[in-house]
Amino acid sequence: MLILQLYVFVLAAFVGYMVITRVPPLLHTPLMSATNAISGISLVGSMVAAGAHRGTVATILGFIAVICATTNIVGGFLITDRMLKMFRRDPHEPKSPTAPSKKES
Amino acid sequence: MREHLTEASYLAASVLFIFGLRSLTRPDRARRGMQQAAVGMLLAICGTLINYQIVDYKWIAAGLVIGALIGYPLGMWVPTTALPQRIAISLSFGALASVLVGVAEYYSVFHGGEGELASARMAALGFEVLLGSLTVTGALVACGKLQEWLPSKPMTYRGQNFVNFVLFALAVVLLITVIVRPEMAAPFYAMIALAAVLGVLMVLPIGGADMPVVVALLNSYCGLAAAATGFAIGNSILIISGALDGASGFLLSVLMSKAMNRSFANVLFGAFGGETTPAVGAGGDALPVRSVSAEDAAIQLAYAQRVIIVPGYGMAVAQAQHQVRELAELIEKRGGEVKYAIHPVAGRMPGHMNVLLAEANVPYDRLYDMDEINGEFPQTDVALVIGANDVVNPAARDDTSSPIYGMPILDVDRAKSVIVLKRGMATGFAGIENALFHAPATSMLFGDAKASLTKLVSEVKAA
Repeated sequence: MLILQLYVFVLAAFVGYMVITRVPPLLHTPLMSATNAISGISLVGSMVAAGAHRGTVATILGFIAVICATTNIVGGFLITDRMLKMFRRDPHEPKSPTAPSKKES
Repeated sequence: MREHLTEASYLAASVLFIFGLRSLTRPDRARRGMQQAAVGMLLAICGTLINYQIVDYKWIAAGLVIGALIGYPLGMWVPTTALPQRIAISLSFGALASVLVGVAEYYSVFHGGEGELASARMAALGFEVLLGSLTVTGALVACGKLQEWLPSKPMTYRGQNFVNFVLFALAVVLLITVIVRPEMAAPFYAMIALAAVLGVLMVLPIGGADMPVVVALLNSYCGLAAAATGFAIGNSILIISGALDGASGFLLSVLMSKAMNRSFANVLFGAFGGETTPAVGAGGDALPVRSVSAEDAAIQLAYAQRVIIVPGYGMAVAQAQHQVRELAELIEKRGGEVKYAIHPVAGRMPGHMNVLLAEANVPYDRLYDMDEINGEFPQTDVALVIGANDVVNPAARDDTSSPIYGMPILDVDRAKSVIVLKRGMATGFAGIENALFHAPATSMLFGDAKASLTKLVSEVKAA
């Protein structure tokens, strides 16, 4: 079981590294808020802790964890979307040959 | 059957998360991709709700509602200038969730819960709460510094690194103790408390301009804590998301350190610019400074063919991004060409300047990274520096004795002329004299960036 989990971890970290190296500096702030929103997935662990009837302490801790994780999910995805909405191209980009068009990366 | 549905939802969510992050490589596709990632999140949540372990939904429902009520304003109402502290506080929330789940798991095993704690699982649990607790308080201090509730200057005292090291070693000893003897509760909780103290002590000595590295590093810790949670409770989507988050934070902090030509260790333990180091070359002679009026600067800009704008933290503080865009549009209307040069560590978090300018409706194809634009400065008529200092200091390139020597900079001094908008002649964060401000081609326009830009706009209109 542990070995399998380690496989998953290492491969996911590798995929993450490959994908994220290609994110341009232009979008580094949205990247941070996006990973922040995604890390709200700890909600799935929190919900089990809050709802599995393992005693009052576990329920209360789980309840607070659900609040924290939900805050990150809702806030994180909303703010990422809000930021990405702001990034737009020039609608009337002068097609002058001297201006090097920004490379697509 | 239900378990399979849950697993399927996790698998789908993982794939959508990776696609979402991948979409961030293209600004025109990013929004769509992240919306798909949000759908993935919803799937994972629904998949968990049908989990057979969950028997009571009222606390979950209450938590979801309260979390959404807190999250909405944090997503929609926080101004873009406050983004760094907004990210820092959410790192703290994320880490807190990890810690609480870890403690709940630990507590329930020893209080009538099923199962026992094998050492591998206990190691994951211990690692999770240690890293999580450190991140909770560290991110809170970072947030306080960015919001300027705490002094953003580095706070240092003698033997600081030694104290931190001892505390860290103690935390590791406690971690080993709980792995060997999981049933001992005292070391477990002591470790959490110690990590919380350590988080505060580690971030306090770090100065405001180093915050991009710290925030990125805390992001990485937060991800690793989430991944450790996944190991502890045997949940693969937590492992995957945590790994993605950890990789992203790690990569960003490496990039940021590189952009400052400093190592991790140096950022974390160096307390750069803590004492007011005497400025290099401050031999008592006042170096010449050419001050310029807004009228003269406006005429220079109005007749320039190629202009590069270099925004820095000063622009963010003055919230002058809208005036910058207005000025750029006026210059363009008169036939000039305007580009923006963005240094990787301009501002207080990675990519902060880009968001501010995008908010002010600057098209993103006008924003250039340092490497893309540095070659263009010699052909530039006017380089307009707005509230940036160390990232345009030629000493980093030329003066081997300078403390910031080797840090990649924007070659503003190679432009035909330079106008610097600055509040006064104070040195930058690093406390180093900037030769750019004394160069013959440079003129200084003193005053608040927003006020100066407003004046420039009206003068360029009149010119």
